[in-house]
Amino acid sequence: MSLIRFRVDEAHEEPAVTLDAFLGQSNATAVRVEPGEDARVLLPFLDRLQLIEIAFPKFRDGRGYSSARILRESGFTGELRAAGDVLLDQVVILRRCGFDALASDHVLDLAKVEEALARFPAVYQKAADAKPPVWALRHG
Amino acid sequence: MKLVTGNDLVSGDVIWWTGSGWSRFIADAVDSGTEGEAIGKREEAALRVNGPYVVEAADGPFAPVPLHIKERIRASGPTVRTDLGVQAEKQH
Amino acid sequence: MYKYDEYDQAIVDARVEEFRDQCNRRLSGEMTEDQFKPLRLMNGLYLQLHAYMLRVAVPYGTLDSRQMHMLAHIARKYDRGYGHFTTRQNLQYNWIKLDDAADILAELATVEMHAIQTSGNCIRNISADQYAGAAADEVADPRPYAELLRQWSTFHPEFLLLPRKFKIAVIGADEDRAAMKLHDIGLKLVRNAAGALGFEVYVGGGQGRTPMVAPLIREFLPADDLVSYLEACLRVYNRYGRRDNLYKARIKILVHEIGADEYRRQVEEEYLHVKTLGLDPPAAELERIAAMFALPPLDPNAPGEIERSDPDFALWLDQQVVDHKVPGHAIVTISLKPTGGIPGDASADQIDAMAKLAQVFSHDELRVTHAQNIVLPHVRKADLYAIWTRLEETGLATPNLDLVTDIIACPGLDYCALANARSIPLAQKITERFANLDRQRDLGEVKLKISGCINACGHHHAGHIGILGVDRKGEENYQLSFGGSGAEDASVGKIIGPGFSEDGVVDAVEKALETYRGIRVEGERFLDTYRRVGPEPFKAAIYEKAPA
Repeated sequence: MSLIRFRVDEAHEEPAVTLDAFLGQSNATAVRVEPGEDARVLLPFLDRLQLIEIAFPKFRDGRGYSSARILRESGFTGELRAAGDVLLDQVVILRRCGFDALASDHVLDLAKVEEALARFPAVYQKAADAKPPVWALRHG
Repeated sequence: MKLVTGNDLVSGDVIWWTGSGWSRFIADAVDSGTEGEAIGKREEAALRVNGPYVVEAADGPFAPVPLHIKERIRASGPTVRTDLGVQAEKQH
Repeated sequence: MYKYDEYDQAIVDARVEEFRDQCNRRLSGEMTEDQFKPLRLMNGLYLQLHAYMLRVAVPYGTLDSRQMHMLAHIARKYDRGYGHFTTRQNLQYNWIKLDDAADILAELATVEMHAIQTSGNCIRNISADQYAGAAADEVADPRPYAELLRQWSTFHPEFLLLPRKFKIAVIGADEDRAAMKLHDIGLKLVRNAAGALGFEVYVGGGQGRTPMVAPLIREFLPADDLVSYLEACLRVYNRYGRRDNLYKARIKILVHEIGADEYRRQVEEEYLHVKTLGLDPPAAELERIAAMFALPPLDPNAPGEIERSDPDFALWLDQQVVDHKVPGHAIVTISLKPTGGIPGDASADQIDAMAKLAQVFSHDELRVTHAQNIVLPHVRKADLYAIWTRLEETGLATPNLDLVTDIIACPGLDYCALANARSIPLAQKITERFANLDRQRDLGEVKLKISGCINACGHHHAGHIGILGVDRKGEENYQLSFGGSGAEDASVGKIIGPGFSEDGVVDAVEKALETYRGIRVEGERFLDTYRRVGPEPFKAAIYEKAPA
């Protein structure tokens, strides 16, 4: 497993607990959300969560992208980590949906990840990152 | 008989296992017996074939004839454009 | 027509290089086929029966002569001299090599074209009414909104790995020429009582294994809120659409299982949240786009009379030409369905010829229709004879629009890796059986549609007459259905009875149409008669026992 982070703070040490465990015990600061779980149940706890890990058991299952955006749209500023079958060709959309850490089951080459992230000079739509959509650039 | 087939990774051409390599012509195909899956796996790992699988065929006068129509069309070319595909080429 | 600015061009150019890199990683073995497949599909590259197939996007079916010439050039240089126009208003090539794919995309990018999201579990090419901007009956041109959605959906980071593919159609007229209600989302431009422009939003239509006509989810969505609302529609689908079963993963199943009311409730709830995020482009962006779709300068005083003394021309005129909204002008449909031909196929020379006609006679514009024909949208009536003459020379003057030989057919087992039976030979036999034009015209409008498997790419569910090819113990077998429609009276056809061989189904179609001729009342189409009398008379005629 490789961990690539786009944050300056220290990586969170405490292991992420399952969503059920988290909702049952009140003191965890890291939680793991599976594809079928509703990220919105975490909204009351965002202030004290330092790490939310979104599981990608199969890269083709895109539910985690919606989970990530919902968490960012609700103001979560902690680490949002994509974990599992995370591949080079998904890093752009992961970053755009608000992920700032990648814990891949594969070996991700950091140089290639950076190359991929620098490839597209513009984006068409507003998402969870800071990139302005082309319509904002066109109309100031 | 059991033939191993798949597509060439680069050209996409339909190809058939000849016992020592791959051919675009089903006339060159050989019975792979019980080895088909193993051959496919090995050859795919070496990038010499894409998506290999085993098909059932019967002996024919000039070449093996796959039992399923889909494989017969793969072996020849579109039935509605006989000017295209392997069927349009002179074999050997 | 929409023209790229520096941003559009830069994004498409970057995509070419990204795809080149992906192809190289596959060719070097760095990526497995399992990893590569969804990536190549998201760029329209399939592995079909004989080779790779590349599907090129024609956004909302509109293109200019330069783009059309490029399609011909690619057909000659990289393929086998022809292309196939599809029911999603796209074009596909059947004989592509993997190591040519990125070069083809680079050439396409020079004329503002691409293959982005023409396959894969993402939002596909947005389709639209082929008469958009030219039709007299439309509320507004749907294409500026289709372009807005093209941009919104292109590389949308949240919606590239949906449960299944996602198709959107936009129309602006009461007459539905784009099968709008058979899409995952169908949008119809309307004006409300206050005169404001908005959309009727239909969600959960589709064909395939479980055909459904989309229910109305929103009666009036203000046009300015389109992006936010669709974002909400897609998010609910991405989160709750089924992923356990490929055949139940389309949004129609979700809407059907939870019910239209519950889906609507969830979307409205999500929409309240999404609307706060500022996702909708400003009005200035729509104005910028709409300005590029402005009607070309057409002289409303152009002469409206047409010299009809050539009977062959008159026949073509009556079948292929409708009035334009500007007097003295017309909309021409070029049939890609000659007798014995392959529906939707055009040779490189024919593609060039159509491009030339558009440049000279149609303000440089062409459209691809979902029925696999080509439209010249803005022609002067005075030029129609010259256009027809040139179409005659290139084998493109078949006068059969909406007649029984204007068949939609998927590529079927001649090309497609998913097919169970061939579609094209059947289409050829039917066009040959009904080659007599007087007979076709007497039979009137008959929409006959053929699919080679249950995926229904040939829209058989929406055919007045639908034919589905199935595999019965290794043999091709064809099921016949009646009563479908992809138009504003959308409906799903019903299977009439046991299936047939290829020749048997041609005979059955003929018996059904002869039955119709015998019992129709004045002004009824085949579909109307079928709806009035039901299946029994047709069933009796088709399955009657031959006298002993």
